[in-house]
Amino acid sequence: MSFPSRDDLIDFIYDEARMLDEGRFSEWLELWMPEGIYWMPLDYKQTDPDCVTSLLYEDQFMLRLRVERLNGARTFSQKPKSRCHHVIQRPFVDVMDAEANRYVTNTSMHYVETRLDDQFLLAITATHELCVEGGKIRIANKRVDLLNSDAAFGNIQLLP
Amino acid sequence: MPAAKPAYTVDTVTDLVQPHQVHRDVYTDPDVFRLEMKHLFANAWVFVGHDSQTPNKGDYYTTQIGDQPVIQVRHTNGEICVLYNRCPHKGTKIAIDRTGNTGKFFRCPYHAWSFKTDGCLLAIPLKKGYEGTGLDKTENGQGMKAVGAVRNYRGFIFARLADEGISFEDYFGASLSSLDNMVDRSPAGRLEVAGPPLRYMHQCNWKMLVENQTDTCHPMVAHESSAGTAVKIFEDMDWPEDKPKPMAMEIIAPFMSPYEFFENMGIRTWPNGHGHTGVHHSIHSDYSAIPGYLEQMVEAYGEDKAKEILGENRHNTVYFPNIMIKGPIQQLRNFIPLGPDKTLVESYIYRLVDAPDQLLARTAMYNRLINAPTSMVGHDDLEMYERAQEGLAADGMEWVNVQRLYEEGEDFDHEAVENGTTERQMRNQFNAWVKFMSPQPATDKAEAAE
Repeated sequence: MSFPSRDDLIDFIYDEARMLDEGRFSEWLELWMPEGIYWMPLDYKQTDPDCVTSLLYEDQFMLRLRVERLNGARTFSQKPKSRCHHVIQRPFVDVMDAEANRYVTNTSMHYVETRLDDQFLLAITATHELCVEGGKIRIANKRVDLLNSDAAFGNIQLLP
Repeated sequence: MPAAKPAYTVDTVTDLVQPHQVHRDVYTDPDVFRLEMKHLFANAWVFVGHDSQTPNKGDYYTTQIGDQPVIQVRHTNGEICVLYNRCPHKGTKIAIDRTGNTGKFFRCPYHAWSFKTDGCLLAIPLKKGYEGTGLDKTENGQGMKAVGAVRNYRGFIFARLADEGISFEDYFGASLSSLDNMVDRSPAGRLEVAGPPLRYMHQCNWKMLVENQTDTCHPMVAHESSAGTAVKIFEDMDWPEDKPKPMAMEIIAPFMSPYEFFENMGIRTWPNGHGHTGVHHSIHSDYSAIPGYLEQMVEAYGEDKAKEILGENRHNTVYFPNIMIKGPIQQLRNFIPLGPDKTLVESYIYRLVDAPDQLLARTAMYNRLINAPTSMVGHDDLEMYERAQEGLAADGMEWVNVQRLYEEGEDFDHEAVENGTTERQMRNQFNAWVKFMSPQPATDKAEAAE
């Protein structure tokens, strides 16, 4: 594939959500471009990722660390493991620029994470910057905005 | 049915602390929590906020001192006031948002009673209805109540709820050197808050969090999954030796330092429950230099003083009862007690005025890597606290041990420097906990008279 269709992009977003829900995190890492950043702002409509605290602003080193940690023998907060569940609305394709190899989607989701007797729900908007590399759609950057980003949370351990 | 346990009182609650151990009820009992809120948090000096959160006249910020809702506000004379967030009429909270600007006066949204920004009553609609009723002779008729005492120390606002008690200087003493060092790291000698705090909810007692700040025997154990894995991945990466390490590695890898590192870093305790880790070195010692910063510092302070300021690498400084600061990275964590088993942690970062942004970027990174609800390091800490909160229900054993490097007859009224793995600072906190459960003799009469 060199020029994805609108449906290809939308299917990609659904596939990614399913991958996370099924805990296929190593496979998920392979979706990323090497310079890709996963950003979850702390402030509602935050514009500065560097000099204001975020919940997550992670490069591939940190994401790999996250995934390997989930599988570690002494990862105490993952005994037992968390599970997650995405319910997603059909993504908007906001940018479809084949010439620049840049595609942007905007997806509303309900994200549920659970462990032991606790379960919580996050209403989120995910913005994916996508591109095509080696014939496959890849994630150039991903931004996840929580509707209640300024609320106090307990542990959020997996990746919305 | 066994007889119900009598409720603790100020007189009996102090029996829960012994030199080398504390009774589990200090972490779990609702009566103990109520006594802490009513007495300990009233008699101590408690952190409120930073003055840069309310830079302009009428700017306010709402928070809590213990369980007391308060407003930090910039009064029309430019000074910071701390008022109880309660209308003297029916009790309605005057300010409900976290920050805002109220102009020259507060106006209660319920019946429009209005107050100057130092709390004094300004006006009541249809005031003739109170003529001859004696309202002007009541406490309620005076306006919003201010806390007992407020001190702005180099931008950091502390308050004592009690009208009388220990003075700010006597309470903090030499421990202010950690705050000084944090502020001195700005070439302008000034900090500014940078963005909103991380807000992380913990289903555990607030003291577990405070104790953990000087617990140097847990990082290499509890954080092996994050810091240990980071070190392992990094080794696999064949990173060129001459290339600067990623900032994230500089921050996270030192958590895996061996026991010896933490033993040698040292712990200093000060009277009234304050203390810090990292007397000689710390996990912050080996951060890369940020280009241009040292030059700015030398220009501001001269070479000797600049090197002295930057040579301090204090790790965590606990200001009793419930905050921790990190001087080298301009960070403050506020452990706000919400219940015996519920604590809200707010983690703030500050900009060093006139210093390069890269320093603030590193601080912001530290905050999200370590203190966020999404932090891999935080996850394991919270797991430990919550397991402890649940484990303490076990009736088979009622006491919690704080005996590491304990010596009989410890004197907490004098500053001391000890092996960095001692639990002396935890004992110091409990010593202060007992002390401030009771009203302390007034030492700030002169200040109040000014």
